[in-house]
Amino acid sequence: MEQLIADLKAQIIEQLNLQEVKPEDIGDDAPLFKEGLGLDSIDALELIVLLQQYYGIRIANPDDGPRIFTSVRTIAEFITEQKAK
Amino acid sequence: MKIYINGTGAISPQQTAVGAAFWPAVQDYTTNRLKVVDPDYKQWIDLKQIRRMSRVIKMGVGAAQLSLQQAGISVPDGIITGTAYGCLDDTGVFLQKMVVQEEQMLTPTAFIQSTHNTVGGQIALLLGCHAYNNTFVHRGFSFESALLDAIMFLREGEARQLLVGGLDEITHFSHAILQRFGLYKTNPGHSGSLLQLHNKGTIAGEGAAFFVLGAASTPHTKACLAGVQTIYKPTDNAAIQQATTLFLAAHGLLAADIDLLITGRNGDVDDDQWYNTWTTAHFPGKPEAAFKHLCGEYPTATGFGMWLGANVLAHQQVPAEAMYSGTVPAKINNILMYNHHLTTHHSLILMQVC
Amino acid sequence: MMAPTWIAGGGVICGIGQHVQACVQAFQRMQPGMAPLQFLRSAHTAFPVVEVKAANDHLAQLSGLPLSTARTAMLSLIAAREAWTSSGLDEVRDYRTAFVSANTVGGMDKTEDFFPAFLQDQGKGRLHGVSQHECGTITEVVADALGISHHITTISTACSSGANALMYGARLIHNNLADVVIAGGADALTRFTLNGFNTLMILDTAPSRPFDDSRRGLNLGEGAGYVVLVSDAVAKDRKGLWATLSGFANANDAYHQTASSPDGTGNYLAMQGALHMAGLQPADIRYINLHGTGTQNNDLSEGLAIARLFGNTPPPASSTKSFTGHTLGASGGIEAVFAALSVRDGLLYPNAQFTTQMKELPFSPITTFSAGNDLRHVMSNSFGFGGNCSCLVFSKGGS
Repeated sequence: MEQLIADLKAQIIEQLNLQEVKPEDIGDDAPLFKEGLGLDSIDALELIVLLQQYYGIRIANPDDGPRIFTSVRTIAEFITEQKAK
Repeated sequence: MKIYINGTGAISPQQTAVGAAFWPAVQDYTTNRLKVVDPDYKQWIDLKQIRRMSRVIKMGVGAAQLSLQQAGISVPDGIITGTAYGCLDDTGVFLQKMVVQEEQMLTPTAFIQSTHNTVGGQIALLLGCHAYNNTFVHRGFSFESALLDAIMFLREGEARQLLVGGLDEITHFSHAILQRFGLYKTNPGHSGSLLQLHNKGTIAGEGAAFFVLGAASTPHTKACLAGVQTIYKPTDNAAIQQATTLFLAAHGLLAADIDLLITGRNGDVDDDQWYNTWTTAHFPGKPEAAFKHLCGEYPTATGFGMWLGANVLAHQQVPAEAMYSGTVPAKINNILMYNHHLTTHHSLILMQVC
Repeated sequence: MMAPTWIAGGGVICGIGQHVQACVQAFQRMQPGMAPLQFLRSAHTAFPVVEVKAANDHLAQLSGLPLSTARTAMLSLIAAREAWTSSGLDEVRDYRTAFVSANTVGGMDKTEDFFPAFLQDQGKGRLHGVSQHECGTITEVVADALGISHHITTISTACSSGANALMYGARLIHNNLADVVIAGGADALTRFTLNGFNTLMILDTAPSRPFDDSRRGLNLGEGAGYVVLVSDAVAKDRKGLWATLSGFANANDAYHQTASSPDGTGNYLAMQGALHMAGLQPADIRYINLHGTGTQNNDLSEGLAIARLFGNTPPPASSTKSFTGHTLGASGGIEAVFAALSVRDGLLYPNAQFTTQMKELPFSPITTFSAGNDLRHVMSNSFGFGGNCSCLVFSKGGS
């Protein structure tokens, strides 16, 4: 889980072009949207592609985004859960 | 009705964004692709927003902010942009991924930002401006169309100050393609001597020029925009001569009243022939300035030309490197700019002291 | 009070018909145009689209343009020519005629064909294809074919482009820079836009259901639509005028690059501005042609803005995109023709695929076609990326 969280942080920074943000700036449980990194609906779509690209996980309904993308930890948990299926 | 140029801002291959009247020192190039000198865009755009912006969007937002700062206003009564190519870089990124990834796993950012009105929309978003917002994308008339729209808008009396700009970027893809069309010189030499060359081709350029145009003068007023005229695919030189006579007459002027010409000379022997004929026929011996050896050729280059003209009128001086022929007159009241793009899109822009 | 600008004619080609009358028949017979991809080659076959049911060679024949012409230009010329013919005006050269056209991706269909070879080797790919890439080129192909050179320009503000072309055209007339203006927009379906909207995850895999509680997104369409605007002086003594363009406004939502604000600020300001220019009250409007894309976001914002302006019982409203799909740069032009026709013939267009009212709204769209209604004033909404919100109002002339 720790490795997955670290990977995700690096991938998020790259995919979303978060200039001047370092992995250690993102708390495992810090909110990603609105507060915290201040991501928006376009970022949510970018993250959906990220999950498909790196983890082979498809999210068909963008409405599932907010729940899955609450924090880096919730994303990691979602990936782990999907991989277990 | 007079239209007042109350603020100007340019981001260009010259250092036009550092607070000098024109540029601190002219930038010379030896390539056929002139890139803008990027200022620090973070002075205008915060990190959260800048991360998605391609160069042309940053250029546009930056030039818009420079002109608003000069005009001393924060929110205009409308935003009008002109761009022939739009956001080419984002278009190219999305197209390339679409082809290479065979339409799979594409991300939305480049597609969203590729829309032609992205710059106008982004400026509105940054300024919180709910007013009129329009974007013209008509090749060598893109900037002129935006100007005309602004002039009409101010005449209609609904708006007092409008933000108007022209911008285009050159990308790796577009440069490669336009080069294949034979537009650019293979041995351009120094950009400073571009206009002395009499062979085929020119050099590619890019940039953003924005203006705050107002219905009334302010303490910041630099000059007046008296009129804009476009001439589409003229049959011959005579059509330009006729349009020029009518245009001057419509503004109560004779050729003798023009103090300085600005032409869109670009060092291409065929393109420049139009300027030669025009100056000889109408304005023999008239002092002439030019600008495409400074900014390169692109469809909205007249934005840079107008930026130059407005600042010449404001400062009553012409940078030596911009003079093509003749000597700078002691007093400059009327400037007439003539430009054409690819011999099909011709325009006249008349600027005056207020 | 400004002299009115008149609508003297209109032309449409889209997925439900290749001329205006065919489109009206499709509404009357309740025949939306959604179908699987037939003419465009794309990997995304799961999404229904509303293509003009004609291959490029057929369109080349109809338009008289070479087969190598971008599809958007062919669609544009067919509709613009129909508009001109329907106006009964003689020669374009008899007037100061302008052509103001909108599109969002120029000749992207040709650029898409050019790119694979070009990416392999930048010296490859036929240049003729990419020579139509610029939006303005499309307008010029059509202007040249129609013989218009007095004034031409191209507008591109995403999905509100076509409506903005009408506004600019009307203002050319108000400012005495033109007597007659052909104004509207065109866009062919392309892989670029289909893939682009797919990345936004707002394409419905079923026929779109605008203003329905169960809506899941839009279907892309293609086509072109133009009106012929004429000055009051040209209109004098002419018979068969359709309507006047009595009001228009453009406002910016200034909320997000793609999404509409939750309360539809820009939508509201545009509708309010158009009513103000027309000198009308909300109650004067007898029909609203909605932007109504069928996305969660658009329909909610637009619906709330309408409820705010018109109260709990707004006039009959429908989204003709439930038949034509979303034709992007063409939609403002196509829907302007439908709205002007609404005034002339008293047409109310149905909203197809509708079953369930949106729970957030006090109203639902109309679902049946009717003609011969007395519709003095009709509104048409068009909203686009970049927060670009436009509204047009058409009225019976001589009031």
